[in-house]
Formats: sequence, structure tokens, C-alpha cells
Amino acid sequence: MRKIRTYADLEGPDRSGLGDQLALQHRRVDRRMKAVRTVLAVASGKGGVGKSFVAATLASALARGGGTAGLLDADLNGPTAPSLLGLPRRSLSVTNDGVVPPVDSAGLRVFSTDLLLEDGEPLRWRGPAAESSVWLGSLEKGAFREFLSDVSWGELDVLVVDLPPGAQRLVELAELVPKRTRVIGVTIPTSASKAAVARSLRAAGDRDLPIAGIVENMSGYACGSCGAVGPLHPGDAGDALARELDLPLLARIPFDAAAAACAERGDMNGLLASRAGQEIAALAERLEREGAP
Amino acid sequence: MKFLCIDCDEQMGFGERQLPGDGTLAAVFRCPACGREVAMLTNPMETQVVSSLGIKIGGRTVPEQPLELVRSSLDGGRDEAFAEPPVDSVTSPETSPVEWAETATRRLEAVPSFVRGMVKRIYTDYAKEHGIHEITPEIMDQARTDLGLEGM
Ligand SMILES: [Zn+2]
Repeated sequence: MRKIRTYADLEGPDRSGLGDQLALQHRRVDRRMKAVRTVLAVASGKGGVGKSFVAATLASALARGGGTAGLLDADLNGPTAPSLLGLPRRSLSVTNDGVVPPVDSAGLRVFSTDLLLEDGEPLRWRGPAAESSVWLGSLEKGAFREFLSDVSWGELDVLVVDLPPGAQRLVELAELVPKRTRVIGVTIPTSASKAAVARSLRAAGDRDLPIAGIVENMSGYACGSCGAVGPLHPGDAGDALARELDLPLLARIPFDAAAAACAERGDMNGLLASRAGQEIAALAERLEREGAP
Repeated sequence: MKFLCIDCDEQMGFGERQLPGDGTLAAVFRCPACGREVAMLTNPMETQVVSSLGIKIGGRTVPEQPLELVRSSLDGGRDEAFAEPPVDSVTSPETSPVEWAETATRRLEAVPSFVRGMVKRIYTDYAKEHGIHEITPEIMDQARTDLGLEGM
């Protein structure tokens, strides 16, 4: 068999330019994220645990606490941040620096695929339909990367990243912003949620991302009239995860019909005044005190 | 990815790129010693796998636009999602030496508004870089091919 020189034998640069362009993408993320003190990734294992609700409310509380805060809705296929925050639909300005994120009344800078889509339209990408799973994942990762690098976030004390269920985007975040990311795991009390969150947090741990702690959402039902908290979901996932993973249980947020109504109409001020909102505001204060964000 | 001319045992250099518009791509590589050229032809799926990484085979010369991958790949983006200067206002002689021919302006206006501002910036950057003073539909075709802008 004749001897053909190998890739490594050829000393010339990679003329396809693929490697250089990937490195450039990473540098763009680095440059942008240098102005962000902490990236706070809000992760859950499965859907339906109210993670986006917790992430948006937490980001709002942090913005109201005097720091500069941003919220990146990384749930590309199920974006909710703009409606939770009651952001009006406006056209986004594009400058040489990047796309200017909309800002809510408390100064929170927000970005979400929802801003790019017609009302109620699902996220769809152009490309050959056959075997779309082969390229869909890299396109979604690319979109997430551009949301980090190409949005003019400016100087931020904290960028809250609302991650979709599962560990994939968390792994991508660990790759894109390895140094300043901290993770919060959101669970509901059930054992199914506990197992799913534990998997996501293990993925974070495997990539050496520090985990700030656990938040248990829908932790009981807060009575609208007397404020007493009664049982809602069976289980003690928050406590159990904190114990098993040796992490602090940062907050226990009861389900609160008043908060849910505020979320529905995008009333963040009302939400933060509710029983559930107050727990999340206390979580924001705790994180600020501990220097987590 | 590297290309080797086996006869000369020389690494080939990138020559040009063509996008016929059917989702396929041609990238030409040339041997610096014997001048032989080979074209790498990719099918729509392979083209998409590369472009979904946000990269162009052979590299690119003009800078990336903000959210370029998202804006060029999203199907049915919101019409008014981006506020960008209208087609004829950016290129006044004071701000830029690049003029748009009327035929080119008309073609640009047919581009969905979701990507129009970005496409305009890319063509303008391309013209500046090549010392072109007037953008015509032919220049747009040339830029599209040179820059590997599938679907723009
Ligand atoms: Zn040769």
C-alpha cells in the first residue's frame, strides 16, 4: 500500500477553514461574556416544574435588587420569558456591537427566540427535511451560542440562563462559558423530578460547573386567603437532593394562585409581591449575599 | 479538512466556492505545484451539516453579522423582528462610498424583512472590501457565491 501523508504530516493550515472559524466563534463568546460577572444557569431535568417561572422571577428580583441583570431564555422551542415579563413586541435594534436586547421596566435585559417569531408560530429551521436530526442539534447549539455572543448584553452582574429540560444545553453552556457559570437545579417534590434533576446536576458536575444549590418549586399550596401552606405534590425531592448531593436547599416556593395569575398576564410587580414571589425575592437576596450571582 | 495532491505530494490551497442554489456546494482546491484543481461537491445534507455549525468551507472574508446563523437559518421569522435602516438610507455618499443600483435595490426589497438588513450589510461590506462602488444584481450573485451565503 502506498504511503499517503496524514493530516498531521501536512504542515500547511487547514484550508477548509473549519477549525479557525470554530475557534473564532468561541472567541466571540469569550469577549462578550467577559463583561458578565456570573452566568446563573437555571436547570431542571424535566418539563413542567416551573423552571422558566422561577428563572424569570429570579432575574427580575435580581434586577430590582440594584444589580444589572439579564435573562437569556435558552428554551428555544418553548420560549416564555417575554410573556412572563409582559414585554411589548418591538423591533430589535441592530448595531455594529450586536442585537440590542429589550429591557423591562426594572432594567432587566432579555433575549428569547420568542422575539424572533410571529405570535404562536413554532420554531422552524430551513434545511433538508430528511435526517434533520443530524443537523438540528448543531443549529440549536449555534443559536444558543449566538444569543450569548451576539446580543449586546453590556456589563452585567448576572446573566440568568433559563435552560430547557434535559442536560444538553447545560453541557453546551459548560463548553461555551466554562469559567463564570454556576448552576441552580429546580425540582418539584416528586421522585420523578428528583431523578431527572439529579441527572442534569451530575452532567454539570462532570464538567466542573459549580452548583449553587437546589430550589424546590410547587412546594405545597399557599392558601389565597389565610396564607397557610398545605400539601400539593407528594415527595421531598428538594431536601433529598440537597442531602444526597451535599448542596444547600436555597428556597422552597409554594404554588400560589395569585402568582400564577400574575405570570399569566405578565405582571412581574404583582408576582414579586405574591407569596411565591417573595420566596423567590428572598432567594435573590440570598444569592446576592453569598456572592453567587 | 486538508487536500493533498498525491502526484506532487503538496497540500492544495482553497480556490473558490460555488453555490448552485439547489442546496449543494462546490469548493475548489488547487495544487500550488502542478496547478491541478479538484472540486469537492457536497449534497444538500452535507452542505447543511457544515452550515448548521455556522461555518463556511474555505473561510470567509467579511465579518459575521450579529445572529447571522439564526437569521439565515430560521424559517418564517417575524417580519418586524429587526429595526434596520431602510434600504436606501445607509448608503448616502457621506456615510459610505457604496451605491446600490436600482435593480439591486429592487432585488434586496424582495428579501424577507427578517434578514434584509443583515443581507444588505453583508453585500455592502463585500463591496467595500473589493473596492466596488456600485452594487448590481451581478455583484450580489458574485458576493453570494464568494461568501457562501446559501439562501440569501
Ligand atoms: Zn500537484
